[in-house]
Amino acid sequence: MKVTKLITLVLVAAMGMSSPHLTERQRALHALNRLGFGPRPGDVDAVMRVGIDRWIDQQLHPEGIADAAVGARLRNFPTLQMSDRELVQKYYVPIVEMRREAKGDENTIKEMREKIPYDQRPQRVVEDLVSQRIVRAVDSDRQLNEVMVDFWMNHFNVFAGKGIDRFLLTGYERDTIRPRIWGKFEDLLLATAKSPAMLFYLDNAQSVAAPENRPSLPPRFAARAMQAPQARRGGLNENYAREIMELHTLGVDGGYTQKDVTELARVFTGWSIARPQEGGTGFVFRRAVHDVRPKTVLGVHFPAGGGIEEGERMIHVLAHQPATAHRIAYKLCQRLVSDDPPKALVDRVAKRFLATDGDLRETVKAVIASPEFWDPAVYRAKVKTPFEYVVSAIRAVDAHVDDARPIARALQQIGEPLYGAQPPTGYSDKAEAWMNSGALMSRLNFAMSLAGNTLPGVNTNVNALVGNVDVASCVDALGIALTGGNLTEETRQTIKSKGGQQVRTIAGLILGSPEFQRQ
Amino acid sequence: MIDRRIFLKSSGMALVAGGLLPNVFVRMASAATTGGKNVVVAIFQRGAVDGLNVVVPYAEQAYYAARPTIAIPRPGTEGGALDLDGFFGVHPALAPLLPYFKDRSAAFVQAVGSPDATRSHFDAQDFMECGTPGVKTTEDGFLARAVAATPAKSPLRAVALGPAMPRILAGRAGAVAMTNIAQFGIRGDAAVNSAFESMYGGFEAARIVKSADPAKLQPDNGAVYPNNPLGNSLKQIAQLIKSNVGLEVAFTDVGGWDTHAGEGGAQGQLANNLRNFSETIAAFAKDLGSRMSDVTLVTMSEFGRTVKENGNRGTDHGHANVMLLLGGGIRGGKVHGKWPGLQNLYENRDLAVTTDFRDVFAEVLTKRLGVTSMGTVFPGYAPRAVGVV
Repeated sequence: MKVTKLITLVLVAAMGMSSPHLTERQRALHALNRLGFGPRPGDVDAVMRVGIDRWIDQQLHPEGIADAAVGARLRNFPTLQMSDRELVQKYYVPIVEMRREAKGDENTIKEMREKIPYDQRPQRVVEDLVSQRIVRAVDSDRQLNEVMVDFWMNHFNVFAGKGIDRFLLTGYERDTIRPRIWGKFEDLLLATAKSPAMLFYLDNAQSVAAPENRPSLPPRFAARAMQAPQARRGGLNENYAREIMELHTLGVDGGYTQKDVTELARVFTGWSIARPQEGGTGFVFRRAVHDVRPKTVLGVHFPAGGGIEEGERMIHVLAHQPATAHRIAYKLCQRLVSDDPPKALVDRVAKRFLATDGDLRETVKAVIASPEFWDPAVYRAKVKTPFEYVVSAIRAVDAHVDDARPIARALQQIGEPLYGAQPPTGYSDKAEAWMNSGALMSRLNFAMSLAGNTLPGVNTNVNALVGNVDVASCVDALGIALTGGNLTEETRQTIKSKGGQQVRTIAGLILGSPEFQRQ
Repeated sequence: MIDRRIFLKSSGMALVAGGLLPNVFVRMASAATTGGKNVVVAIFQRGAVDGLNVVVPYAEQAYYAARPTIAIPRPGTEGGALDLDGFFGVHPALAPLLPYFKDRSAAFVQAVGSPDATRSHFDAQDFMECGTPGVKTTEDGFLARAVAATPAKSPLRAVALGPAMPRILAGRAGAVAMTNIAQFGIRGDAAVNSAFESMYGGFEAARIVKSADPAKLQPDNGAVYPNNPLGNSLKQIAQLIKSNVGLEVAFTDVGGWDTHAGEGGAQGQLANNLRNFSETIAAFAKDLGSRMSDVTLVTMSEFGRTVKENGNRGTDHGHANVMLLLGGGIRGGKVHGKWPGLQNLYENRDLAVTTDFRDVFAEVLTKRLGVTSMGTVFPGYAPRAVGVV
């Protein structure tokens, strides 16, 4: 009898819930959690009024959602509209000049830096960028769009801490990623391959053919081509060629060899960034340093004498490999459904990816339309990433963010500084990467500060969520307001017995509870 | 071994993630804080440090032929390597560590690494931390398994300095991860603490840290830690060691080694990173002073870099690398490991692995932590003697 009971318990736990279907209300909450950054007060009802399917359809077409309020707020960040070139001119060039003036003396440089007004400091660029991501995730009505921006920025990760990338990330997100996340994967892949941010981050901007493999040019052109510092004494750099296959497309088990890496690096030689005297900071193909000898990558043969079209061809080939379809499908299912997504689901989504020529809207739609997405077993079963946790807490208590920088600092403490992933793998989407004692305590401390309205620049009034009620009903009212009534009996009792009389303490404890860590 | 039932019940993470996660808040029968005396400190150099420019085979002409612009000159010349044994010399930026090599408390192992052929940072780090090269299904880390193989003494026996729990300590060691020991705890009154403790099953580690208050300890012996993330981590590890909270294994990592372009030679990118690295480790050793005899510091990196420099005065992903060991019990003053030479390269491009990294750790864990069997630590592998500990 005892054994049977234990098995039943395990089974129920494994299934998450005993009921075979989610209720309409649960479905609305699930959609808001997974396809957005969690509900604000009233959002569940609003989605049910519109109709869940219709709401999802709207979210899949973000261009049809006005989002005027967020547009107005973003105008407060002047660097967001600047071109790569303007950003480099305004924020980077003065630092270079300053260094030259100070002749490398660190103390002089430090003194000079401190005299720069805040608005002109280089860190302003990434600060604005981080702030807009937080503001958009918190306030945008295009919630699924922001989830996908987070997903693709992470998939095609670029680290703000690497050299001039801190000035190139603004344009990277705005011009390379955002306009393409609902289009074809190949277009997105090609745009990242030609983006200055990626070319610099993974060193391809500097990768050039060995001198004996370069085209022979008339002396006049050859002399000019050799002006580039990397061309004088240059050669192959494998970094990007490896990561585009391992991380962006095929996956590490996708069937390529070290030989393919080297050959693909030769294909991409000459894909570089324009120098200021060439008119900017954009993509440039340097034919003079492209490897013109024959090459073979993944069985695709290129005869001698090729140019930029070789790289474009390989982008096309990589974007259409079944291994790529599988990798993208797997990662999307992991983000939207569960840490270890069911194989049948991944296969189905990969098939849709291939059938639609890598159409990202159709691929995401295939995930959302699947029975696995709505399976009660995955309902409230996925641990939030730090970004999801922080933003969902702000939305749940309907806080207003005047200054996003304290939120950015909290994210750093919890372990996910935005644009701060150094390795090209980006951040993990799995619970085990985020759940440890130090990070958990940082989450709890954030929850208490947010609910207690002690974060500077963030306005929270949790009393407005419940009105005037006694403690017993306050716990339940806040439990409904903040978790959709999903507090366990154990947590309810704990908070009732230890949470005291203050609404802000009770709200903070609920935001810190295990139930709120999940979506 | 901790009973599975207690593991699930006491683990806050179990509540959050449905019991799939490692136990981080082990509720110990006794929270005694006087654990084993010895401490192993492991540092992961993420991004694959160029070991051939750390411990330089300056006596091999092939080294200079392969690296026309980034080679470290021979000892005695400007910017030259600092001689170790007439064949190898260290990068001049390792000068702060040289006295430890000379007094035999530091050693290197050259041509060490993982037998797996991968040149993916992610896979190679994962394989190394799991301690099972080539096996992707291993979920826990080998340091965690080593800790779990000895009796539990303190909730702070295994600590990772960093925002995330590294794979190497993931599992059932009850390891805790933290970035700042001064902030390792829940702010707020006793009721708030008590409520969260009920929800997550206790925060003994945080309570011990709070009462021992290691953050108040200043570095001893005039040690000055460089102001960088590794400096902050090692300073705090020293504080934990000195406050006797029962630390047995500490882990931290440091990035910035992926020098595909502009690596530099005696000066430059790698030189700056190595200077920070060695100054920080030297500060740690100075700070701990005689206590260092209880401490064994080990460094590791996922793979080495190509023997030949690439077209951007950098190096690409390679194979074998170098490890540094410093502290108590080390057979120092020696470059250990069989030197494979630069003539017969692995896959015609990389330094070959002649010592498995597991051999080095097996010695450290056996002799310093008293782990009696490597059967669970490195399953399916029979470590061979290196003679470094």
